[in-house]
Amino acid sequence: MLNHHYTRYSRAKRGSGRGWELLGFTVAAFIGLLSSAPVARAQDSTIRAVQNIFDPLSAPAETLFNISVLVLAVCAGIFLVVGGLLTYAIIRYRRRGPEDDTEEPPQVYGSAAIELAWTVPPILIVVMLVLVTARTIGEIEHHKMPETAEQIRIIGHRFWWEVRYPKHDVVTANEIHVPLSDRHNRVPTEMILESADVIHGFWVPQLNGKTMLVPNYRNTMWIEPYATGIYLGNCTVLCGQQHANMLIRVIVDKPEDYQKWLESQKQTPGPDPQTEEGQKQFIANSCGTCHTIQGLRGANGVFAPDLTHFASRATLGSGVAPNDEQNLRSWLKDPQVLKQGCLMPNMQLSDKQIDAILAYLRNLK
Amino acid sequence: MATSETEWRLPSPRKVGLTLVIMTESALFTIFVVAYLFYIGKSLNPPYPREVLEFPWLGSIFLFGSSGTVVVAEQRLKKGDKGGFHLWWAITALLGLGFLIYTGSEWYNLIYHDHLTLSTNLFGSTFYSLVGLHASHVIVGLILLTLILVASLTGNIQERHHEHIEMISWYWHFVDGIWAVVVTVVYIIGMQ
Amino acid sequence: MTAWIQDLIFTVDHKKLGFMYLGAGWLFFIAGGILALLIRTQIAVPNNHLLDGETFNGAITMHGTTMIFFFAMLMVFGLINYIVPLQIGARDMAFPRLNAFSFWATFFGGIFLFMSYVFGPGLYGTGAAPDASWFALAPLTSRAFSPGNNIDFWSLGLLVSGVGSITGGVNIMVTIFCYRTKGMTLYRMPLFTWLALVTMFLVIMFMPPLSAAQIMLVLERFFGAKFFEAQAGGSPVLWQHFFWIFGHPEVYILVLPAFGIISECVPVFSRKPIFGYPMMVAATVMIGFISAGVWAHHMFTIGMDSFSVTFFAFATFVIAIPTGIKIFNWLGTMYGGKIRFEIPMLFCIAFLFQFLIAGLTGIMLGCAPFDWQLNDSYFVIAHFHYVIVGGIVFAVFAGFYYWFPKAVGRMMDKRLGLWHFWIFTIGFHLTFDPQHFLGFLGMPRRIYTYQEGRGWEVLNMISTIGAFLQAVGGIIFIVNMIISARKGKVAGDDPWDAWTLEWMTSSPPPDYNFEHLPEVRSRRPLWDLKHPEDPDWKFE
Repeated sequence: MLNHHYTRYSRAKRGSGRGWELLGFTVAAFIGLLSSAPVARAQDSTIRAVQNIFDPLSAPAETLFNISVLVLAVCAGIFLVVGGLLTYAIIRYRRRGPEDDTEEPPQVYGSAAIELAWTVPPILIVVMLVLVTARTIGEIEHHKMPETAEQIRIIGHRFWWEVRYPKHDVVTANEIHVPLSDRHNRVPTEMILESADVIHGFWVPQLNGKTMLVPNYRNTMWIEPYATGIYLGNCTVLCGQQHANMLIRVIVDKPEDYQKWLESQKQTPGPDPQTEEGQKQFIANSCGTCHTIQGLRGANGVFAPDLTHFASRATLGSGVAPNDEQNLRSWLKDPQVLKQGCLMPNMQLSDKQIDAILAYLRNLK
Repeated sequence: MATSETEWRLPSPRKVGLTLVIMTESALFTIFVVAYLFYIGKSLNPPYPREVLEFPWLGSIFLFGSSGTVVVAEQRLKKGDKGGFHLWWAITALLGLGFLIYTGSEWYNLIYHDHLTLSTNLFGSTFYSLVGLHASHVIVGLILLTLILVASLTGNIQERHHEHIEMISWYWHFVDGIWAVVVTVVYIIGMQ
Repeated sequence: MTAWIQDLIFTVDHKKLGFMYLGAGWLFFIAGGILALLIRTQIAVPNNHLLDGETFNGAITMHGTTMIFFFAMLMVFGLINYIVPLQIGARDMAFPRLNAFSFWATFFGGIFLFMSYVFGPGLYGTGAAPDASWFALAPLTSRAFSPGNNIDFWSLGLLVSGVGSITGGVNIMVTIFCYRTKGMTLYRMPLFTWLALVTMFLVIMFMPPLSAAQIMLVLERFFGAKFFEAQAGGSPVLWQHFFWIFGHPEVYILVLPAFGIISECVPVFSRKPIFGYPMMVAATVMIGFISAGVWAHHMFTIGMDSFSVTFFAFATFVIAIPTGIKIFNWLGTMYGGKIRFEIPMLFCIAFLFQFLIAGLTGIMLGCAPFDWQLNDSYFVIAHFHYVIVGGIVFAVFAGFYYWFPKAVGRMMDKRLGLWHFWIFTIGFHLTFDPQHFLGFLGMPRRIYTYQEGRGWEVLNMISTIGAFLQAVGGIIFIVNMIISARKGKVAGDDPWDAWTLEWMTSSPPPDYNFEHLPEVRSRRPLWDLKHPEDPDWKFE
């Protein structure tokens, strides 16, 4: 947690509240560390499963971190002052015993001076907060995307993420590769968020705050990650039964790795005699009405994730389970077991059909 | 600082109550008005307001006129002219009924000739819900007017009921006020 | 026995109706509490299988809807119904029969909502409980995505209870304006009554938007109307605007009466008048008006333009000012006093600390950029439970211990009260303090399960343990009420040596409330009677 490698463009302001935040973050991170089980995966990618908002790894997330720390510090200060006064009052002005019952204390009705004294500081604090907030809002929402920015279109479905790369004509699902950004060669990623059905929400805390995906609207957000790794996230707006398992994986690749990935995604898998039976079964069982596989005639459905490079993904079911043979077999047998309520019905496949399709899908790298 | 010498005056519960009811109903109508305004020009398929709506001259004359006649009726009652009160009160109710008939025939044409229903498009949904909500309030008012008329004709209304009658006329004015808003929003702004 | 039931069914007496509101409210509280325990048990550990996704979504929706509309609202209406006529020296509410109607409409709305568990096929056989969260986002609530009748139980049940709330609101406002006893000007009313007045103003102005939106939803689901349907050019965002125009004032509807209770108890148990009564009134009215202008702070992540986002952040910060002033005034009341740590005061003191924290986390959420991280996460859940449980429920407990002697004629047991207080407070903090950190660690709301390794396990387990502790505390409270009603120490008219009119009559009050009333000359008529050499009206 405390030993990541990254380049920070802007130093966070070291205010008096920073210590508290570091403490809070350390406590939270420590608790998180205690309960996190490292997941070993192929390649050297770190899985950033514990997404602490006070551990930003992307430029906009860092902007949010800065103002959050300030607000937290102000609130902590107010709590200490008012809480302190309350504690003092309870102790100092308590009834000490029957001797205190002989006489009522002075019956003070109020004081205009005191009222003014404790109204003005809150007004000043509010003015300061509004100014800082307005500036940060502008910084995030009116950020100018450079020419080098990558662009992704994410369309939320129940319960998976359609991911398109308009600049490269690449379509995938659920696992979102983005390039690492660098101080000298800034490559932010602009994300256009849409929805095919109900409202969803996209949130990967270490990359940015969340934005909703609303049908009939196009929202934009941007990230600019400066640490590689696999960032986990969640859908944040209740979208139905499997809202909890509409998981996000953003994989931040070094520029070379990102190019390699793009190239591999652009390739169309050719016909392969070994998995011919699987291809046949895929079409015969109408899988192609919902799923697209480039290069397979008849597999051009858009209701479900694009499976062209399915085997290159680490998870299936938008993160509900690792993409290994056992889970895939279970999914093909009855998707409702791993993800009850997902929109893929039980296709009533026989074991032989499952064997064939499984071999075919596991070959789609 | 009231002392025992000065009088202790409190507002009339009926007046306060009805004022609050008018405020709450206004809040309800406001949302339907906002929905109507928000969706002006946003329907994806016809029919559109300009094609099918006509300014409701007759209905408005009936309804606004009935606000006038109800005032006359109240004046008659104050003067003790029971007969005059009955006459003008009845005319008010008839004008209200006339408004409803006018609206009914407008809707009949919209539904059967222009094929505009609640589910046709955004215009249909917001039009029928807003105008329908208003019409339902006119119906309630009509029922109240009729009840009072019957009660009065059978000799059950006394002097002490003058505030009850005033409250019903306030309600009736409120319904007319809402109609003014509806006309502006639906038949003037919405037709641009 | 049957005479007693008949009496309850046909009564129009504000005291009996008050009991019925409160009794029904605690029953709904138990139901909502059981749902909370189910929810917490399900997510105490990752990958749990106690509740599946559908049942869980129904549980959270029912928990939220029940607690807000059928527990908190019933506490508000019950306490106001019972106490306000007594505090203003009135015989009953302005329209007693309407009062009975309001109660029964509200009650039937709640019963209808719970019928959803019994009727309807629903999905996977778990009944048809509404499952789209308490604010029922469009388009999830359209027929296309919610084919059963779940949502209809939600909208129709709340439409019916909404009529009860609005008519109740009109009744209470008319009572306060038109039935005060001689000499009680608006500026001499007890603060609980003042806050009741502003609360009911919010009810009559801001519950209609919810009813309007629900009518639109019903028209959409049953008659094909097109209010929020994206396919027809409609906007699901419009539902959010309409809902939150109601939803934000709603939380003030819930919290202002809690402020009223605190404003009654803190002076009495500090032995001083409330500090700055005029400012308290002004701050309340300001809160009432500003609450109408902050609603879109629930929508910071929807993709609004930056001007709107900034405006609503600004308004949210501004409303913190009169709210903070109130805390300072309560503090000023305690200063220089002789504080008695009776059970009501313990709950008030806990309220003050907890509401302070709740307000501060609210400021954090009002800062839109911070909210872009924290919205729809467990931080928000922590914040509003701090307000509703740490604030409102604690104030309700204080109010019960304070007014139970008046209503029943017997004191509540102090030892049980202490057990209740400490177990519930510890449970409350164990439940909701960790949830702030869960929000910091990225845990979103409304997920029925989560995977290992996210850093959420320990905090969720602690939170669940706390929930069960709260349940124990709550049970002790109910047991205390039952035992004390029978065997508690006889209270007398004025067990706390208080100063407002309700303490002038017997405990419990007679049907007609007051045998005789003094002419009110100040804000503390009983102080004037007890201290004729040093009455308030000489100094106010």
